[in-house]
This record gives sequence, structure tokens and C-alpha cells, in this order.
Amino acid sequence: MNDPEWPLFEVFLRGKRGLNHVHVGSLHAADPQMALRHARDLYTRRNEGVSIWVVASADITASSPDEKDPFFAPSGDKVYRHPTFYDIPDSVPHI
Amino acid sequence: MGFDTAYEAITEEDGDQRWAFGTGFADPLAGVDTAVPDGVDGADLAAYCLMLGDDALIMSHRLQEWLARAPELEEETALANIALDLLGQARLLLTRAGHADGTERTEDDLAYWRGPDEFRNVRLAEVRDADFGGLIARLLVFSTWRLALLDRLRGSADPLLAAIAAKGVQELTYHRDYAAQWLLRLAGGTEYSRERMAAGLAAVAPLTPELFLDSDTERRLAPHVAPRPADLRAEFDAVLATVLGRAGLPWPDGPAEPEPRGVHTAELAEVLDELQNLARAHPGATW
Repeated sequence: MNDPEWPLFEVFLRGKRGLNHVHVGSLHAADPQMALRHARDLYTRRNEGVSIWVVASADITASSPDEKDPFFAPSGDKVYRHPTFYDIPDSVPHI
Repeated sequence: MGFDTAYEAITEEDGDQRWAFGTGFADPLAGVDTAVPDGVDGADLAAYCLMLGDDALIMSHRLQEWLARAPELEEETALANIALDLLGQARLLLTRAGHADGTERTEDDLAYWRGPDEFRNVRLAEVRDADFGGLIARLLVFSTWRLALLDRLRGSADPLLAAIAAKGVQELTYHRDYAAQWLLRLAGGTEYSRERMAAGLAAVAPLTPELFLDSDTERRLAPHVAPRPADLRAEFDAVLATVLGRAGLPWPDGPAEPEPRGVHTAELAEVLDELQNLARAHPGATW
């Protein structure tokens, strides 16, 4: 096994104010521990985050663009799934 | 919009929830009194800051030489970050030195306009690495030593030196970790990588004893302003023993001829030639 290329990892970062980790990019590393350190070196230089997740790209299962219509279009015409019939008082800024 | 450019919006501290990653920068020296404290000799303090600043400056310059030669792109960024951390420490220390001795020389004056015989760094900082294994060995020794030193400087009687040390400790913890991780990987890799890692250690071992020589300046500044280098040896040895023990590599035995600071190899002149030639070609120029 002489594969010289390090596997690819996807990096997710949570900011100080954030509630969830957001995808910021990808990098190569020999293993997950090294990937964590590389993510710290590449993606937190401008004080972007306080928490890093790295996931091997091979572990990510993604939906295919060819299946976009049957996967996502049916939810576009069902207004009853949205809670639009409430009156929100003006004193509640975010909901 | 309350700002002219997006950059201003990010650099000014702002409670606005618009920026997910936060705003504002923390200045590590904010609010610290820059006057030389009573009972501390300004000339000694300046000489000491120059020693530490030169170590960081020259080491930073040697590290940046790796920027197009590192094994992988991610390693280049890591080494660049380490070099920039050290450069930041050098800037603060050189500025302190220029202020403490009363000459008010700026960091640029000190960095660009001194000759090799006026630099006070240890030889470990100025030598060129033969290969990546050599770099890792040198970085591990340098970071472990400097971390032990700055850790003790956090309690210095000079508040500015203590503030610089507090900032530096965080950075050096990561540098030491980086070097140790790579040493473990290279030592535990193939026979070839192990051999090259051992060669790297053999190259830095002779330059290590002089890191723990007390100079007259340090003797006068101890114990309140600065630690004595000899006191750092125990922690240094313990850390190296842990890392090398895990790696299964011995610390190389061999003859060493420790030299005091101020005695340099021919390589310092090469480093300074590259570092200083632009500034010297255009004296008085600004960006």
C-alpha cells in the first residue's frame, strides 16, 4: 500500500457566537488527529472559531444533483406545513 | 451601515450579532505600564529583551525559509503560523529593548541596522536545517526551552515582559506540540524516516547545552525579573525524556562546546544578509 496522497477531510467550525458547526473547507491529512491540527492552522487564523470538527470526506454521504427534483420539489407546494396562521406580537423580534 | 469597509466592521469590537465569528481584536499589551520598574536596571533589561527578541527573530527567519519547501501545503501554513508567532514576540521584545535602555530605537532600527556581532541570539536559532527531520528536532528543542523560559517570565517584575510572556506561552505550547507530534510520526514511521529523525536530533544536540548557560545579565536580573537559564534544565529534560521515550529515540550523546551568547556561526551573516538587505538598500524608506 503505497498511496502517497493523504486522504481528504472536511472541516466544520463553530464560532464564539454560533450554535452549530458550519462547513468552512477541506484539507489533506494522514489521520484524524493530524487533520484537527491542520484545521487549526488553516481555518482558525483569524479567530474564526472555538470548536473544530473534522470528518473524512469518504464518510460523508451526499445527495446527488440528479435526484434534486424528486427529493426536494414536492415540499415546495405544501403551504400547510408552514406555521403561517399565527399573529406574532411586535414585541417578539425573533422566532 | 455603521462602517466604511467590511474590515473595519470586523476589527472593531461590536455587539452586533451580524458577524457569526465574532469581532474585535484583543491587544495583549493593552493597559500595561511601559515605564521601567524601580530597582530594575534599564540597560540590563534592554540587553535581556534583546537576547530573547533576537532568538525569536532569527528562528522566525529560518522557519520562513521552509515556506516553499515543506512536504505538504498544510505543513507550510503551520510553519508560517509558527514563524509569524515568533516574529510577533520579536517585535514586542525589540521594541521593549529600545525603550528600556533609553535610546528609543525602534524595532526596525534594531532588526535591520545591527551587524552580526551585535546580535545576541543563541546559535540554535541561526543554523540551517539539513532536512525536515532537522527542522523538527530544532523546533522541539527551541520551543521546549523557550516555553519553560516564558512560563517563568509570566511572574516577572517588569509588567511588559510578563505580558509578552503570557501571550507567548499560548503560542509556544502549540509549537512544542506540533514539533512533538511530528517527531513521534517520523520516529514511528519507516526505517528511513526514523534514521533521518535521529540525524536531526544529532545535529541539534551539540547546540543544546549553551541554552542553559547563565550570562552576567541574567545573573543580575534573577530572580525577580528573569529566571536563571540553569533552572530551566530540569523541565526541559523532563519534557524531552517524555517525547523521546514515546518515540523510542535516545538523546544523542556527544561532545559539545557551549559558547556564550554573542558568539555566532557563519550562518548568521547569511540570515542577516537576506533579512536586512532591502532595508539597507533603501534607508529611511517606509511603506
